[in-house]
Amino acid sequence: MHRFLKTVSSSEMRKTFLKSFLLFSVLILSQISFGKEKEDKHGEEGHGKDLKTEIKEYIHHHLQDSHDFSLFSYTKENGEHKYVGFPLPVILWDDGLKVFSSSKFHHGETLAEVDGNHYKLYHSKIYRTDANGTIDYDESHHPTNIKPLDFSITKNVVMIIVTGLLMLWLFSSLARSYTKNNGIPTGAGRFFEPIVLYIRDDIARPNIGEKRYKKYMPFLLTIFFFIWFLNMFGMTPLGINVTGNIAITTALAILTFLITNFTGTKDYWMHQFNPLGDSLPWYGKIPLYIILVPIELLGLIIKPFSLLIRLYANMQAGHIVIGSLIGLMFIFKSWLGSPLSFGLAFAIMLIEVLVALLQAYIFTMLSALYFGFASEEHEHDHGHEAEVAH
Amino acid sequence: MEIPVMVGAGLVVIGVGLGIGRIGGSAMEAIARQPEAYGKIQTAMLIAAALIEGIGFAALFAV
Repeated sequence: MHRFLKTVSSSEMRKTFLKSFLLFSVLILSQISFGKEKEDKHGEEGHGKDLKTEIKEYIHHHLQDSHDFSLFSYTKENGEHKYVGFPLPVILWDDGLKVFSSSKFHHGETLAEVDGNHYKLYHSKIYRTDANGTIDYDESHHPTNIKPLDFSITKNVVMIIVTGLLMLWLFSSLARSYTKNNGIPTGAGRFFEPIVLYIRDDIARPNIGEKRYKKYMPFLLTIFFFIWFLNMFGMTPLGINVTGNIAITTALAILTFLITNFTGTKDYWMHQFNPLGDSLPWYGKIPLYIILVPIELLGLIIKPFSLLIRLYANMQAGHIVIGSLIGLMFIFKSWLGSPLSFGLAFAIMLIEVLVALLQAYIFTMLSALYFGFASEEHEHDHGHEAEVAH
Repeated sequence: MEIPVMVGAGLVVIGVGLGIGRIGGSAMEAIARQPEAYGKIQTAMLIAAALIEGIGFAALFAV
């Protein structure tokens, strides 16, 4: 790493400075966008509700997925509410495929009428209603209206597609530049090569083992960069929260779960159903296995479950903390509050940049660890028995 | 949200804090003894801390 730094020429130093400056301005700008949205909302409906519930609602709204990509909104002089952003396609399955633009909802303010059916956007979910848009509730205040199957291209889906395309372009162009330059990294390759090598040499090799690690490398690299990029997108002023969405982390964890179990060796499954091996006669095993085998099987589910909860909770918590700290500005309402809230939010934002990398690392690391469990070979067990015998 | 739930979540978070603190402290001692094993110790520390952290988040989401 030090060697690498010393060889950087002065023009590249300037570039590095420019890049770090850009990163800082993104961090600062995202706070401005947070604050701006908050302010507008305050101006609009600040009469009925008190400020604290409003900030809570705002943060909650920010954490959720939405059917349109709105950057910010403001209220005009004449009271008209203006949104800046673009609508996204809504795809519903409700006795046939219904495709329309989310601009029909006008950000939840109006009903969308498609083929004689009326749809209402209520708390970011689409319900079928009558022409007046009435929503019926049960005792616990849950809507009882019909909810059509929603396959819409929402904000999160857009960001996933964008990240996927970005990774496809970035890494395939990197691969091309490597073949062109006889394996010498250029440009972005200098940044990404150490990371890729780190994942191979410090995550995959020691955890999975020399023999089988190559098979898992594509998945580990993909999941690392996918999570890292999405986490970093969450720090931009676009106001997206993809990895803080439990459905997406669940999908990622299910991939790890499937790969672990479908590539598992015979010894891995023996370990699940016969954890004590030949160390006990069969009549000794029965009382133990009544407890042991269910625990081992539960462990199969708990491992990916902890993966998904960790990533989701970390990213969600980060966004809540930043949102709350910016909310302080509107609670204090004095010259003292703004710098305090700004400073705190900025510091947390810097920590979040670290957390973004750390969570991607932990997810990859633990996935590799689980793949390592699934790749255990029998010699390994013999080694253990020999140790016990000593 | 009921008060016992909140108190319970608080207790869990105290436990998680103590646990992660111990891991961090022990890792520091280990690095001081064997600075050349820094990388390995750090990796093991992060894994253990991440596993405990999961429990903390589970408690927070129970609130």
